[in-house]
Amino acid sequence: MSDSVQVAHDRAQRPLRRIAAAMSTQRKRLSGAALLGFVASASAVALLATSGWLISFAAEMPPVLALGVAAVLVRAFALSRSVFRYAERLLGHDSAFRALTTLRVAIYQRLELLAPVGLARFSRGDLLARLVADIDTAMDLPLRVILPWAQAVLVSLATVAFVLWLDIGAGIAIAMALAIGVLVVPALIAAIARRAQARLAPLRGELSSGVVTALFASPDLLAYGATGQALTRIDSVDAQLMQVARRESAGLGVGAGIGVLMQGAAVVVALALTMPAITSGQLAPVWLAVVALVPLAAYDLVTTLPASAMALQRVRASSKRITEVLDAPLPVSDPVHPSGAALAPYGVRCTQLKARWREDGPFTLRSIDITIEPGERVAIVGPSGAGKSTLAAVLLKFLQYEGTATVGGREIADLAGDDLRAHVTMLTQDAHIFDTTIAANLRLGRAQATDNELTSVLERVKLESWLQSQPHGLHTELGSRGATMSGGERQRLALARLLLADRPVMVLDEPTEHLDPLTADALTTDLLRVTEGISTLLITHRLRGLDHVDRIHVLVAGEISATGSHDELIAQGGWYAEQWQRESDHLNLAGLMSSIPPGTAISRR
Amino acid sequence: MKPLDPRLLRYARSTRGFVVLAIGLGIVMAILVIIQARLLATAIVDVAQGRATLATSVPILIALTATIAIRAIVSWIAEAAAYRTSAKAKAELRAAAMDHVLRLGPYGPAGTDPGGVASLLTRGVDALDTYFARYLPQLFLALIVPAAIIATVIGFDLVSAIIIAVTLPIIVVFMILIGLYTRSRVDRQWQTLARLSGHFLDLVAGLPTLKVLGRAKKQAQAIEDIGDRYRSTTMGVLRISFLSSFALELLASLSVALVAVTIGVRLVEGGIAFSTALFVLILAPEAYLPLRMVGQHFHAAAEGLGAADEVFTILEIPLPSQGSESTIPQPLGLRCVDVTVTYPDRDSPALFPTTVDISPGSVTALIGTSGGGKSTFLAALLGFVAPTGGVITVRDAEVKNQQSFGQPDIDLRLIDPDLWRARVAWVPQSPQLVAPWAGDRPTVLDVVRLGRPDATSDEVRSALAQAGVLAEIEAMPEGMATQITEGGVGLSAGQVRRLALARAMLRKADLLLLDEPTAALDGVSEAAVVQAIRAAADSGVAVVVVAHRPALIDIADVIVHVSAPLLQQDLTLNPGEDLINAERAVAKFARTNITDTGW
Repeated sequence: MSDSVQVAHDRAQRPLRRIAAAMSTQRKRLSGAALLGFVASASAVALLATSGWLISFAAEMPPVLALGVAAVLVRAFALSRSVFRYAERLLGHDSAFRALTTLRVAIYQRLELLAPVGLARFSRGDLLARLVADIDTAMDLPLRVILPWAQAVLVSLATVAFVLWLDIGAGIAIAMALAIGVLVVPALIAAIARRAQARLAPLRGELSSGVVTALFASPDLLAYGATGQALTRIDSVDAQLMQVARRESAGLGVGAGIGVLMQGAAVVVALALTMPAITSGQLAPVWLAVVALVPLAAYDLVTTLPASAMALQRVRASSKRITEVLDAPLPVSDPVHPSGAALAPYGVRCTQLKARWREDGPFTLRSIDITIEPGERVAIVGPSGAGKSTLAAVLLKFLQYEGTATVGGREIADLAGDDLRAHVTMLTQDAHIFDTTIAANLRLGRAQATDNELTSVLERVKLESWLQSQPHGLHTELGSRGATMSGGERQRLALARLLLADRPVMVLDEPTEHLDPLTADALTTDLLRVTEGISTLLITHRLRGLDHVDRIHVLVAGEISATGSHDELIAQGGWYAEQWQRESDHLNLAGLMSSIPPGTAISRR
Repeated sequence: MKPLDPRLLRYARSTRGFVVLAIGLGIVMAILVIIQARLLATAIVDVAQGRATLATSVPILIALTATIAIRAIVSWIAEAAAYRTSAKAKAELRAAAMDHVLRLGPYGPAGTDPGGVASLLTRGVDALDTYFARYLPQLFLALIVPAAIIATVIGFDLVSAIIIAVTLPIIVVFMILIGLYTRSRVDRQWQTLARLSGHFLDLVAGLPTLKVLGRAKKQAQAIEDIGDRYRSTTMGVLRISFLSSFALELLASLSVALVAVTIGVRLVEGGIAFSTALFVLILAPEAYLPLRMVGQHFHAAAEGLGAADEVFTILEIPLPSQGSESTIPQPLGLRCVDVTVTYPDRDSPALFPTTVDISPGSVTALIGTSGGGKSTFLAALLGFVAPTGGVITVRDAEVKNQQSFGQPDIDLRLIDPDLWRARVAWVPQSPQLVAPWAGDRPTVLDVVRLGRPDATSDEVRSALAQAGVLAEIEAMPEGMATQITEGGVGLSAGQVRRLALARAMLRKADLLLLDEPTAALDGVSEAAVVQAIRAAADSGVAVVVVAHRPALIDIADVIVHVSAPLLQQDLTLNPGEDLINAERAVAKFARTNITDTGW
């Protein structure tokens, strides 16, 4: 929980810091990796320095044995460079993976509090996928940003200290070159890239909208012979984009060049500054090659930093998007002192209930009174946008409300959300089927359920023949979002899961939406069959099959406009009667179809 | 993955020039690297051996600086050229793919996965930037620079040349071996990583369901457990796959060490000059550098090539053959005989073989259950899909019998589809209101004019009136100049549909195809639309309409039952007595009112 609090409430902090803070549990491992990386990089510098020294010393023709120590050191550095690099990469990845898991958990805990109402804005599939991808991007922070920079700084400091010891002038020159390489060049290149992106972004947006429109509207465009114009539009934006890219390419390409230039400058300046000391005898000649080769090796590491700067930008942008989601206001909160569990028998009573989706929005539910006695089934019908789903959200404590709403005699506002949902559950139009087995999906309803219980609940929802057709029975994988199932099968499986959960109060929110009329009618019949004895609120805009409920309320524009049985409501006219007429038309059309053989035409003239 | 996919050169022509340039610059770069090493070694040795001072070294230091500057400029040119090439290659791929996808029609990738294709052609191909800027030039450098260095070193010191020449291929062989050994595992591991993030996505998407089941909080632990499990297996694989870069670094640094030590020993014995020795030492690491860079950017490059590969897959879907017949009869009638369509990825046909005559001046109503192939039938009439069984012929409606003069019947498949569609107007089930020439936010006037771009605004107004939507449009503050945002936000579903109908009416087509034109309309608007459809038919247009509601069936001259074989199982058929029964059923249906229905 503490992680979640960190991610959620440090709003004063910048998004990047908040994401970094959530990953900070891995600080020790990451420091270890940075240290290993430093040893590896330092070995690379030392390898070249020692080699230079060895050759310079050998040129003075000492006895061969005198080369011994240096020769051993050269090989040792060669070995330690690669061994420590390997260790660094392993430890670095390990800590990055750990950090990612920590971050995922922290963000999940916050999302859990927001769902579903607080996430409604982000619930479109692609936005959610982007959020998850953004979280993955955060892995670049330890791996591509922190580790390279930490090593570059440490190696630079060590190198500068060493050269300063040899020659103060050369040391200062190398210090300056490295400082520019570590701090200035990456920032400069990142700034250039940012500027280029800023210029490219509007055109990219325009291009993307052209491509999206052309693809989604391709049937209309083809039918009306306008594909050519759509392509012309894309081509003209692409031509502009190319023009800007050409202008910006000089800036974007400057990175590699600057690296080479700075490295070379460091070598030349260090060399020029050390030469007089050699000539005057202040410094032994063997050190000249060392002074020249050290910056050459040290700079190798620095040249990777522009890429880190870009990675940092990516992570920063991702962090911003993540925190935007996290900072959505909580739609409802638990009371400080929850009143404990709801009490049996479990009826539902709402009086003068008002609710809205957003604090500053209009009320979609405007003062309604509804009672469900224990074991009663009540239907709420009405056109879309009438406030039916608002009512469902209130009863599940997904939303704040005004007025009173009680379950089992306890006010919903006084109950903790989880305590309430131990007694009230809901079937929605798009119940999620998880990408796992049938059994694992069902056991989300009741973890300890035996295979026999699973099979028998599937029989209750009429999925027994579907189960038999599954290649691995209960252990068949269902694929992403139940891709292998039909809409009706998905809803029935979700229903089976709820029946296993065995809650005394059940809300059915448009359970037959998206289904074709025949499937919908069959499902409605079965829903009403299996919910017998459960206090049930059936929310729907389809009227067929409602003769089995105890009462029907017609909800129009947030208010109950009529209450009664089916026959009473038909007699009253209004929305209910009109909707009934439409459904009847469908039924009669089926009759008409059965009188014309498929594939044939009849003439009425 | 092929490092350089030949298809890239074929489909994105601008990459050819870049390859030539990159090779040229690679050669220049190799020469500069060698010159720089030579100058550096000479400058150091001369001063170290007391032959020169800073003052006398100025020319050589200037030469060194100049070499470095040229090197910097060359890498700058290479990278800038890479970004230009990338922008151009992306545009070329995009244009080719868009053109191809639109030619493939609504039943190709544009229809099945428009979102996927769109993100591939925009964000997806952006991954090519890294491929061009970092990977490809390094790849050429990795081929050119080591060869040039070995060739140079041979002339100075054979032993060192042999050391480099032997270790380089060993490194490459090692990398390939380790790569082969771990590739399948690494691929699988990247997949499980992707699956891990898919699992997280699954949980987040399913949060409302988990909450309703009271299981949401417990899943936090599951995320941690699964994350840990995947991490440890992934690390197991990484331990092996990182060996490849470990081998590279180890061999590269050991061979540098070896060069240094052997040269050192020979220096002591006087077998080699100091300047040569230092020259070779400075040059040796440069031989391994490009190879390291190639390894570093491999994954980023693979992503770019992967995106390009997906584009090629789209480009390689063959185009259906297109007719070229340009004379289309007037007035035009259609005869469909046993028309059926089986989609390539399906076993059973989308509709029963359907036979119907469609003549000018008549309304043909298509009825059938949803998913029964009615929209597919319209798509066949539009030429979006070719019938896989039966035939659609276009005929001169004036010619009453086959023996008399006039144009013979033509198979629809032989007719130029563009010319054919110029004679057809269509209201799809979910119309998209667009006008490509008007940009992102076309006006009502623009989107209706898609039907006939040269229509005057009076003609547009009368089409809007026919569709029964004129009053609502004129009630808007900006009237026909009202901008339509993406997806028609701000318009009701009924308004979108009637604007699409106005667009179709404006076309003054000979064949009007309407897919549920009165869905989402209230009683008053429905009556207006039904009347307009009948009026269009009475003026001589052939109208085909997918109908669900009694009002539309009532104005039909011909009713066709279109159905998919799979959906048909429940219905019992009595082909013999169909006509009488059907007539009665139609009459009953058209008169349907609330009293004669019940439970």
